[in-house]
Amino acid sequence: MKYLPLIWSALFRRKTRTAFTIVSVIAAFLLFGLLYSVRAAFTSAGHSIAGASRLITMSKESLIVSLPTSLLIRIQSVPGVTAVTYANWFGGYYQDPKNQLVAEAVAPNYFDLYPEFVLPAAELRAFHQTRTGAVVGESLAQHFHWKVGDRIPVQATIFPQGNGSNTWTFDLVGIYHVNDPSLKGQEGALFFNWDYFDKATQFGGGMAGWYIERVAQPKDADSVARSIDAISANSDHETKTQSESAFQASFVGQFANIGLIVGGIMAAVFFTLILLTGNTMAQAVRERVPELAILKTIGFSNRSVLSLVLAESVLLLGLGGIVGLLLSGAAVSGIRAKLGPLIPMLPVTAHTWLDGIALAVVIGLVVGVLPALRGMRLRIVDALSGR
Amino acid sequence: MKTFGSALLTLIVAAAFVALLVALPWWAAALAAALLVAWLFLTRAGRQAWSVTELGIATVPQRLGAASVVVVGIAGVVGVLVALFAMAQGFQATLAQTGNDHTAIVLRANSQTELNSVLDHDATTIIGGEPQVARDAHGQPIASPELVVVASLPKKSTGLDANVEVRGIGEEAWALRPQARIIAGRRFTPGLRELIVGKRALQEFEHTALGSTMDIGGQPWAVVGEFDTGDEHDSELWADADVVASTYRRGDSRTSVTIRLRSPADFNAFKAAVTADPRFKVDASTTRDYYNRQSRELTQLIRVLGTTVGIIMAIGAVFGALNTMYAAVATRTREIATLRAIGFRGGPVVVSVLIETLLLAIAGGVIGAGLAWAIFDHYTASTLGANFSEVVFEFRVTPALLASGLKWALAIGFVGGLFPAVRAARMAVTEGLREL
Amino acid sequence: MSPLVEIRNLSKVYTRGRQKIEVLHHVNLDIAPGDFLALMGPSGSGKTTLLNLIGGLDSPTDGTIAVAGRRIDQLGQSELARWRAAHVGFVFQFYNLLPMLSAARNVELPLLLTKLPAAERRRHAAVALELVGLADRAAHKPGELSGGQQQRVAIARAIVSDPTLLVCDEPTGDLDRQSAVEVLTLLQRLNREHGKTIVMVTHDPKAAEYASHTLHLDKGTLVESAQAAEVAAR
Repeated sequence: MKYLPLIWSALFRRKTRTAFTIVSVIAAFLLFGLLYSVRAAFTSAGHSIAGASRLITMSKESLIVSLPTSLLIRIQSVPGVTAVTYANWFGGYYQDPKNQLVAEAVAPNYFDLYPEFVLPAAELRAFHQTRTGAVVGESLAQHFHWKVGDRIPVQATIFPQGNGSNTWTFDLVGIYHVNDPSLKGQEGALFFNWDYFDKATQFGGGMAGWYIERVAQPKDADSVARSIDAISANSDHETKTQSESAFQASFVGQFANIGLIVGGIMAAVFFTLILLTGNTMAQAVRERVPELAILKTIGFSNRSVLSLVLAESVLLLGLGGIVGLLLSGAAVSGIRAKLGPLIPMLPVTAHTWLDGIALAVVIGLVVGVLPALRGMRLRIVDALSGR
Repeated sequence: MKTFGSALLTLIVAAAFVALLVALPWWAAALAAALLVAWLFLTRAGRQAWSVTELGIATVPQRLGAASVVVVGIAGVVGVLVALFAMAQGFQATLAQTGNDHTAIVLRANSQTELNSVLDHDATTIIGGEPQVARDAHGQPIASPELVVVASLPKKSTGLDANVEVRGIGEEAWALRPQARIIAGRRFTPGLRELIVGKRALQEFEHTALGSTMDIGGQPWAVVGEFDTGDEHDSELWADADVVASTYRRGDSRTSVTIRLRSPADFNAFKAAVTADPRFKVDASTTRDYYNRQSRELTQLIRVLGTTVGIIMAIGAVFGALNTMYAAVATRTREIATLRAIGFRGGPVVVSVLIETLLLAIAGGVIGAGLAWAIFDHYTASTLGANFSEVVFEFRVTPALLASGLKWALAIGFVGGLFPAVRAARMAVTEGLREL
Repeated sequence: MSPLVEIRNLSKVYTRGRQKIEVLHHVNLDIAPGDFLALMGPSGSGKTTLLNLIGGLDSPTDGTIAVAGRRIDQLGQSELARWRAAHVGFVFQFYNLLPMLSAARNVELPLLLTKLPAAERRRHAAVALELVGLADRAAHKPGELSGGQQQRVAIARAIVSDPTLLVCDEPTGDLDRQSAVEVLTLLQRLNREHGKTIVMVTHDPKAAEYASHTLHLDKGTLVESAQAAEVAAR
């Protein structure tokens, strides 16, 4: 890149103006990173590879109606189903009602169907062997500073214990983590033994909130789902089975259209950015007409001059874009660490960077095109004589 | 050292102005503006400042590109801020509207929301019989035991299933909520599987049109009417509590009891009475507190997000304005130097650059706020509420919000204009004249 | 010896709106290799236009120009650019150095258009700067150099790719007497010791004395010597 010193010096000819423009670019891309991570939390959450093979079976009537545990054996025998497990919603909060928990009572083989939850074998064994045992996600443990071995009292919001107490105390025996950054939103749950829930709860025991199945072939998901629902057809506990992604889509669809809101804000931000950097580039080129003319006299072709100006513009956007994305990465980590696992933000990923850099390049080209054409088309003779 | 000191001083002045702007109520700001205009036209220094400002404004058409950077940059910040805060405001207002000081809601202890709570029949009767509960013309307590459940209906906008709140009510519910009116069809008949839909639920969900049938709890229900409460209940479906209870196999238990107090002052006594009763464990709050709590988390989240986005965009806009105004001052070096050689003092020059920037900022603020108002006022959106079901609300662009947006515009304009203004004033006269 | 530059029947007409201005009329000229030619004439006589045409900065309306056997009046814009890079070095009245690059980098500019590796480029630039006597100023930016020094850097840039022709438009027009002498002496040395062919436009008769011979232009045509003296006296 032998032309780099030339392009760099052109960009920093007016240091203050360039610096101010770069700050505006940094601000725009900082926002891009932050908002992208919010949007990702709503759109890509839950789309794991393992998830493509999972189905969710719930009561057809309503989310809040449970299913009989007798369904387990019958679902297991449906062709195409390789594993079945179930879970019950518990809810609750820790210490302060503000600290709502995602807590579920799960069957012993639950973690078999969720390989993306990485749990050391020893800890899984401890979970099975400890009646009051609980496994929590790493994000949740970090937020409350829990360690394996702690006793965790949870205040129930729905299910008091049979003895009337509202406090359920669990023994923290394991901490799971997820490797895929786009699944980080799943690291905030607390799982405990369904058996303990069933015996200790005042009501709501003996039932399964929902079932989760693994299919041998993801492409057979729809037909397997229909077969599962056929089991309970015309009974008093009709079921609705759908793929995990369909279930997530319905869930996410209930929130205000986050994608649209985020997209709208980013459109406003980048529109103003284009205007701002376009203005800077136009000014910069206007001032440099004599110098561009010199380059042409030396023998730089029209196309070279065009490329030099475009490169300058892309460099301007690229520098600001990279710094902005770096800052956004730090900001997102900071926010997530401070506000806990329930905040709807995913960490900044390679995806964010790819899209961000691509955007910077495209904007750089768009903003540079008119000044570049102007530079390219200038007539040497006119430019040198100052006309 | 001199330039560092002056830069620091400028920074302090800028910070002070912004702080003042945030703190001042709108009428004080308007008064200050009026005083400024008076100064401009009545004092000599003011008139000097104004003539320099006119000079600057006259050149704006030549610098349209650069001037638009300030205007559009600020319009963007204000537009986004107003839109986001209007969303928070709208959600909060919908919920706040639902509660008041003269009704109270009782849930099982620690439940937080109606969906989590369970109250048995005895408990609801005892609670309704407390002396602080108001009585109607027949001497019956205005106490409504209600059963809140969640059903599933496709959303019109996505076609996907979403949760809708079904509230099983009794006769007393109508006395309790005088703001509720039937606007189409009729009330449901007690004992039958009939329901009425809130006007927002009608907009949001399929199968809610008058006369249609929907599947709730595995059984067909007929939609016989449409109601309007002007608050969060408009996103609900109402039916007879006994019928809902039998459909969801809840026996005679309910999720909450809502009562009308004899007077707001009776609440404390009421709460003391029901929480002390050894036969059940409950929490009581005024409906005002209860619904405000439900909106708090989301509105706080939106406000924090909105402020963060606003600040970052504002930083971008400030630096854009700085660029524009520094360039503007640079192109007018000659004129400014000439004026100062003639005898204009530094002060009027500073003021004129500031005024010019502020005028551009106001233009941007008005455009941004205007666009946000035009597009988003009364825009309906829905989200998942506390009872894990859809709550429909309208964005609310209030005058206070618009004023707040303009304040941001002025703050950005001031900061973006102050530094170049000071530079213009401090430029050595001879240096400027050398350009001639 | 065949001439390096052969100009036949050269005309240039500018169109300003609806007005046609004929700046050069049917000029015929030969420039021999190793020649140092001074072009003089009053303002508006077309000398800069003629220089621009010889240097390939502009194309004629009529007539032919051949440089080293190549008909440059037939070349298109991008071909002219390539030709200029290889064959011409320019020196202007206002130096026209890039203000944000050091002297060494300014001199290196024409070499960016070649395939030479970085080390080679820097070496050639150093040699050129040495030749004009400014090797010790290689790292300075134009703003840190005097007028005369800047013009010498410009000359170094003009010769760094060893061009066929050096084209100079009023090279001493903006310099004080002493710097002017330095620059003109340098040009003369390049011509006499290194055989560079130079075409120089100037309005200063003292500058023209450094050239090997002088031609006069008046109202777009070359005039004869006797009339030239008359024109010069005006």
